[in-house]
Amino acid sequence: MSDVPTLAVENLETHFFTKAGVAKAVDGVSFSVGRGEIMGLVGESGSGKSVTGFSILGLVDPPGRVVGGKVLFNGEDLIGASEQRMQKLRGNKIAMIFQDPMMTLNPVLRIDTQMIETVLAHEKVSKETARQRSRDTLAQVGIPSPEERMRAYPHQFSGGMRQRVAIAIALLNKPDLIVADEPTTALDVTIQGQILYEAQKLCRETGTALIWITHDLAVVAGLADKISVMYAGRLAEQGTIDDVLDHPVHPYTIGLLGSVPGHNTRGQRLYQIPGMTPSLLSLPDGCAFKERCEFSDAACALRQEITEPVPGRAVRCCHPQIEAAR
Amino acid sequence: MSVFIIRRLMQSVLVVWIMSLLVFVGVNIVGDPVDMLVNPEADQAEIERFIKDLGLDRPLHEQYWYFLLNALKGDLGNSFIFNQPALKLIVQRIPATFELAIVALLMAIIVGIPLGVYAGLKPDGKISKTIMATSILGFSLPTFWVGMMMIMVFAVMLGWSPSYGRGETASLFGIEFSFLTWNGLRHLFLPALNLSLFKMSLVIRLARAGTREVVHQDYIKFARAKGLSQNRIIFVHLMKNIMIPVVTVLGLEFGGLIAFSVVTETVFSWPGMGKLIIDALNNLDRPVVVAYLMIIVVIFVVINLVVDVLYSILDPRVRLQDLKG
Amino acid sequence: MSEIQQTTRDVNPDILLVETPFQRFMADFLEDRVAVVSLGVLIGIIFIALFAPLISPMDPYDLAKVTILNGKLPPGSQSMDGVTYWLGTDGAGRGLLSSIFYGLRISLGVGVASAVVALCIGASIGLVAAYYGGRTDTIIMRIVDIQLSFPAILVALVLLAVLGKGIDKIIIALVIVQWAYYARTVRASALVERNKEYVEAATCLALGDRRILFRHLLPNCMPPLIVVGTVQTAHAISLEATLSFLGVGLPITEPSLGLLIANGFEYMLSEKYWISFFPGVALLITIVSINLVGDQLRDILNPRLQK
Repeated sequence: MSDVPTLAVENLETHFFTKAGVAKAVDGVSFSVGRGEIMGLVGESGSGKSVTGFSILGLVDPPGRVVGGKVLFNGEDLIGASEQRMQKLRGNKIAMIFQDPMMTLNPVLRIDTQMIETVLAHEKVSKETARQRSRDTLAQVGIPSPEERMRAYPHQFSGGMRQRVAIAIALLNKPDLIVADEPTTALDVTIQGQILYEAQKLCRETGTALIWITHDLAVVAGLADKISVMYAGRLAEQGTIDDVLDHPVHPYTIGLLGSVPGHNTRGQRLYQIPGMTPSLLSLPDGCAFKERCEFSDAACALRQEITEPVPGRAVRCCHPQIEAAR
Repeated sequence: MSVFIIRRLMQSVLVVWIMSLLVFVGVNIVGDPVDMLVNPEADQAEIERFIKDLGLDRPLHEQYWYFLLNALKGDLGNSFIFNQPALKLIVQRIPATFELAIVALLMAIIVGIPLGVYAGLKPDGKISKTIMATSILGFSLPTFWVGMMMIMVFAVMLGWSPSYGRGETASLFGIEFSFLTWNGLRHLFLPALNLSLFKMSLVIRLARAGTREVVHQDYIKFARAKGLSQNRIIFVHLMKNIMIPVVTVLGLEFGGLIAFSVVTETVFSWPGMGKLIIDALNNLDRPVVVAYLMIIVVIFVVINLVVDVLYSILDPRVRLQDLKG
Repeated sequence: MSEIQQTTRDVNPDILLVETPFQRFMADFLEDRVAVVSLGVLIGIIFIALFAPLISPMDPYDLAKVTILNGKLPPGSQSMDGVTYWLGTDGAGRGLLSSIFYGLRISLGVGVASAVVALCIGASIGLVAAYYGGRTDTIIMRIVDIQLSFPAILVALVLLAVLGKGIDKIIIALVIVQWAYYARTVRASALVERNKEYVEAATCLALGDRRILFRHLLPNCMPPLIVVGTVQTAHAISLEATLSFLGVGLPITEPSLGLLIANGFEYMLSEKYWISFFPGVALLITIVSINLVGDQLRDILNPRLQK
């Protein structure tokens, strides 16, 4: 049991069939997360990281569709699983936290309704038990006087508090996996810090696996065990957090880390990756980053396979910068 | 909350007062009451006596004052035709009209919301497109003509249902209702359907627009991510959100139903207030007209008030603003 | 100062070269098949209404030609003098097709006349409310709100109860019922326009209020006004028919479609359906085609939907 990872995504492909053409939002993404492990899924907006999250839960809306790959949850493939089966897993074994806390809670239902229904959807317990558990979970994520606050409506909470409620809902049924889609992006830095700390603690204590989707490398640096960097729907680089952040190998990761302003870059011109993210509708066969890459040559026009230029590191690039890593 | 209700109540009283002024001015100044009331063959002495009886020789503000005083006492004059207090005549007819309007409203909701939500959930389906095309027709069809065609087809040609009147009624709380007897229900069905067609189209459009907006909200996706069943999401998370605009509009439209029952009641000879006012207008029965207008104003003001209060109960966001304000 | 003058006066020659706003408007309109068909039908109806005396098979109100012997003929039947009545005849022996042509004339005339007058009055009042703001605005909009909280049919009924029957009276009643919709529409868009630079520029030039209102503000409020105008014309036609049916609208000397339908009411129980059926269909086609054209206009003119 222990050698089966909580989640293993293999070659996931999710495409959007729009009038303008097929947008390959996710195009061959693989990673795995084990018990109590935290993985940061990093990329620019539009790189397909959120769609990856939704694909895991089977929540991709039309015109989008998962067209290939496997999502192995505790060894069970969720692609092609029945809607009934997915309903049983969602909110129970796999939970998700959304980006905008102002929009994720239903404005016309009370907090207790929205929590209790989540418990009752998955377990045959009394309403009182469900209420009790909801209250305890609210207290666990640091909501003061939960008994009272449960009777409130979402608009009576601040953004940070709402996100705590959303996190509490995700935790209610003690899931094996939480997919968190930029849950702290809309929050103040101080609140973000608290939530990160609590998330980390929870995973260590309960053995929940966590996928933390973000564009903020600083968040991942302090939180995650490993990191996957996505670019234009494809995986660019993957490895343990320290390896990747200290010695990036993929030119895109190098550029990304270079564009983070730090205290030693003060007064210097900030680095920026030249050019723009390509349109998902017209991705090249070869490396999607080649137009912006200083190392690109004819080899980049071919389809790139994932290689392991350094042990424990997956990279999709024919010019991995191993020298830079040393 | 109570401050809000009191403020709205005062506004309502003001509206009723202004309308009483307008109705009075309209009937007494723009129209000539002597012309409207007196038998054209009456001689001068008869006319004089008539004017004195009605107090038409006194100054206008005095006339208005008496009108207002009497109105507050519930005396809006006697009907010339029935020789009964006009107010009583109308109040007797209120249950029939309300019964018709409420049944029509229920029909509009029961049929309209499921169709609208369906069309909103599957906007590109064939059934949805048919529903929407029918609703455009429902907006354009003149009520009175549809009523006549309904009588034509269902009563005259097919003989499925009676074509006029209320049928047998049964008493509930001392008021006679048609829906309590089978015969009465058969009489009620066609007119209620006729009256509800327009509102049904409206409900379909509102429910569809609401559904299409709500379905794409994050909280619906979050509800799915919580593993809730399709039914729970549609009937609790979606419905409660789209009910807010639907209830507001429908509450306001209930007044419209009562006003439009004038047409349906005339077509189906339904003995309600609407039929009474048309008869009164055609017979120049002025006190009944005035009494009808005053009552309808009060009904409208009450409806608007109830809708506002209901709205604030349904939408927690509005409730909070009122508490603050 | 001269700069401002130039920017307000100059017409950008590029726009004229590419396509006029009207051409673009027509191109957009013709994109939707339903709307094109509706427009065609509507033009046909207007044509019939305008030339009813020329194209009608007979003059239904010429007493010399109408005989009661031809009364209540079902559709498609021939009278004794060899005339075929495609839609049948009414109780007095008038051919329904001709009656409908003449009726369209009256119905459309009343609807369009009342809509145009209401538009002029309502738009002016709405402009004034938006331009002067403050107290004037509050009072006008309060009146509009109160009036709109009562259904149109009720207000019209009350007015006609006071005014009596007649073509002029029903137009007055319809105008009073409708002005508030126009006032509200114009005010809403004028409030937006009022704060734009070109109004400021006009104010700087010390142009008169009336000039600013009607030459600068009004043209920019036209798109929503046109849409509301179309829908309200359909409303007015429907309302007139309803009121005439109830016996409080037009007198029998002005037989609009509503009156034609009312005439057939008494024959309905004896299954002579055509006397009210065909005028009703004519009314329905008129209203539906106006509404569909209005829908398309809304889609084109709504700036929120424009690319």
